[in-house]
Amino acid sequence: MSTHAATHDDAHHDDAPKGFVHRWLFATNHKDIGTMYLVFALVMFFVGGSMAMVIRAELFEPGLQLVQPYFFNELTTLHGLVMIFGAIMPALVGLANWQIPLMIGAPDMALPRMNNLSFWLLPFAFLLMLSTLFLPGGAVAGGWVMYPPLVLQSGESLAFTIFAIHLMGISSIMGSINIIATILNLRAPGVDLLKMPLFVWSWLITAFLLIAIMPVLAGAVTMLLTDKYFGTNFFNAAGGGDVLLYEHIFWFFGHPEVYVMILPAFGVISEVIPTFARKPLFGYKPMVYAIASIAFLSFIVWAHHMFTVGLPVGAQLFFMYATMLIAVPTGVKVFNWVATMWKGSITFETPMLFAVSFVILFTIGGFSGLMLGLVPADYQYHNSYFVVAHFHYVLVTGAAFGIMTGVYYWLPKWTGHMYSEKLGKWHFWLSVISVNVLFFPQHFLGLAGMPRRIPDYNVAFADWNMVSSIGGFVFGATQLLFVANIIYTVYFAKARAPARVWEGARGLEWELPSPPPHHSYSTPPEIRPGMLAHEDAH
Amino acid sequence: MPRPRTTRILRALALLAAALISLPAWANPEHPVPWQLNLTRGASGLSHDVWDLHMAVFWVCVGIGVVVYGALVFALFKFRKSKGAQPDTRLTHHTVLEVVWTTIPVLILIGLAYPASRLLVYENDTNGSQLTVKVTGIQWMWRYDYISYLGRPVDKVGFVSKLAEDSNVARQEDGGVSPWSVVSKHGVHDYLLDVTHPLVVPTHTKIQFLITAADVIHGFWVPALGWQADAIPGQIHDAWGKFDKPGTYRGQCAQLCGQDHAYMPIVIKAVPRAEFQQWLADQQSRTRIDRIARTAQVGAAAVPQG
Ligand code: HEM
Ligand SMILES: [Cu+2]
Ligand SMILES: [Cu+2]
Repeated sequence: MSTHAATHDDAHHDDAPKGFVHRWLFATNHKDIGTMYLVFALVMFFVGGSMAMVIRAELFEPGLQLVQPYFFNELTTLHGLVMIFGAIMPALVGLANWQIPLMIGAPDMALPRMNNLSFWLLPFAFLLMLSTLFLPGGAVAGGWVMYPPLVLQSGESLAFTIFAIHLMGISSIMGSINIIATILNLRAPGVDLLKMPLFVWSWLITAFLLIAIMPVLAGAVTMLLTDKYFGTNFFNAAGGGDVLLYEHIFWFFGHPEVYVMILPAFGVISEVIPTFARKPLFGYKPMVYAIASIAFLSFIVWAHHMFTVGLPVGAQLFFMYATMLIAVPTGVKVFNWVATMWKGSITFETPMLFAVSFVILFTIGGFSGLMLGLVPADYQYHNSYFVVAHFHYVLVTGAAFGIMTGVYYWLPKWTGHMYSEKLGKWHFWLSVISVNVLFFPQHFLGLAGMPRRIPDYNVAFADWNMVSSIGGFVFGATQLLFVANIIYTVYFAKARAPARVWEGARGLEWELPSPPPHHSYSTPPEIRPGMLAHEDAH
Repeated sequence: MPRPRTTRILRALALLAAALISLPAWANPEHPVPWQLNLTRGASGLSHDVWDLHMAVFWVCVGIGVVVYGALVFALFKFRKSKGAQPDTRLTHHTVLEVVWTTIPVLILIGLAYPASRLLVYENDTNGSQLTVKVTGIQWMWRYDYISYLGRPVDKVGFVSKLAEDSNVARQEDGGVSPWSVVSKHGVHDYLLDVTHPLVVPTHTKIQFLITAADVIHGFWVPALGWQADAIPGQIHDAWGKFDKPGTYRGQCAQLCGQDHAYMPIVIKAVPRAEFQQWLADQQSRTRIDRIARTAQVGAAAVPQG
């Protein structure tokens, strides 16, 4: 291996494979695969987003105007599945692919061919899933949670969707194995575990979560499949089965899954805030421990999604306490971000704007989460628009804003060009205003008694729904600016980005030129003082 | 000079926010109202307790928000590079602070968990109920069966409750009837919140609901009761509620149950006890008459066949 590297000439080594098929279909380079993940996620963001636009258009005023109720249910179901499995998760994996090797001084991901397979499963999985829209009987319409018995009333689309979920699950598990193998084996000498960037830490822990939960989801949906096609009665009360069994299994997957979507975003924010505050992260170790304890706790709170099913009081109490406990490490993270800005020297480039809005708006989702965690109150909030508001604050202004933060932050590094700061600021301000117009009134709707997943509603809910829809349309349209900015950066931007794109940036990725060579480190980088962001962290 | 004005504006805003949020009048326990911001206080002591907990945790969140956002906004203004702020790069650790901001949240949470636990236990205790009603969710309607009243079994009183006809007409796409035109005789805009047969219950009575479903999972949610309960096939979920004032309390199925999930409202009509007694007696005698009529029919039909 070393002789090979030595005899090979470097310029040749840096060349990306020529030809579309060779470069992309057979891609094994972490940067190319990362790019594909990110592009795929962006496409899915718009696919899921178009569905949301139709949903908000139907809800613009009372009465049915655009779609039939059953199709409405297909849309909400697919919107959820596409956004979670198609947009947020692949985008985070894309960030991981690009950044982890750069940040730990590794030549590439540990298992490049498996990396190729993890990515290429996804387009097929989603083609399969989206194709069900055109099947007789339409797509699955039981909600993204796919509760039986309702979901078993779907047509043959159920089998397609379940197969697609299996593919996504396999993809996620392989991606996670790759990430763990890379982080544990390929760190450059001197990059100790407790000196790793927080983004890397967050993905290490997330990858373990994914390996633990994806098989659980696979089991649950496979039982759905056998219940529908092979006469089993896992979830059929009339056959001795138990409907609640599904809910328990699903949420054992489902709650950690929501943390899969937020922990890497926490990681991004923990990189960006120190850079623009020009100050090391406050409380590095507590931040790592907070992620680890959130991950642990996420396994013992699943029944907070089931407070209204009639569990024994003792169980409800246990899950209430465990859920409330999660607020503690979550709070610690927020306090640490604020403390990082304290006595800093702050500037507000687009990534920082998104990061600050993340801290503020994600916290609103944390507050509503705390409210939902109190069982007697949840009896009123459950399945209402209040929950819809909660999870969109944590997922859109949390996970999605975290991803946008990361994209703006690292795009100059990836492309070697600066994005347009002006366009970025327009994107930010329009997004941050419209997203609140979109989701904040949904708290009111839920408290006023509007259930989620309905295509039509009483006229008392009309006003806030119209406000929310207007916010939705503006938010949707604004995301075109994001795409425009990315296209501009990749193809048109003139300004070259320096190696250290941001004045305050610390960490190995900023030691490489922008864009980094196709193979970042043929030999492990030598770590000199000042290169790592957390070298004397406590 | 600008400071007093900003504080005055801030104080006015805070007052306005507090007024908006705490106005219970902005919510009607019987049905939602336009621009409603907050949860209804509901119709009984139980739902008032739930509302109190809701407001308590809300204000706790507001309090934490003021501190955290206050610190954040202060930092964003004070520690800007453009104002010449120099970073204090050694400020990366502060044990006392870290212990404090871990323990204070724990204490706050304990403070919330205590009343929440008490209320939860109270809410789940259906002992001492005087009326028992079985509620069955069916795609897409509710069935109500009266099981017992004041310790005595009720003789076969039960009926199906569906979306009211005027709502059903107005909900059709291109039906030409506006949802705004659907109004009850008391002037309530009850589009999609009105049914053919409301569940009739007495006021000032602890009512036990036995909730289940016939096909898929449904959700029984009337905000005035202070809770919702999933209706699950193969399970019986028991819960209780009370109404302190007569009224027509409206709610909806909360759990996605298929195509017409939006069209299976729940309406509970709470009437004074005497009136309820009368209503129940009427229903029971009607059942008896029905039964006699049916046996006669069956008997008549049986003769030629036999
Ligand atoms: C302070 C932390 C949090 C707490 C205490 C919390 C609590 C809860 C509770 C109790 C529910 C169930 C509400 C109900 O259905 O009645 C819920 C729903 C949900 N939460 Fe959170 N949450 C927190 C943070 C998050 C985060 C970080 C995410 C994801 C990034 C998230 C995503 C969701 C989603 C997707 C649902 C709804 C799932 C569904 O029913 O479709 N939550 N949360
Ligand atoms: Cu959860
Ligand atoms: Cu329903």
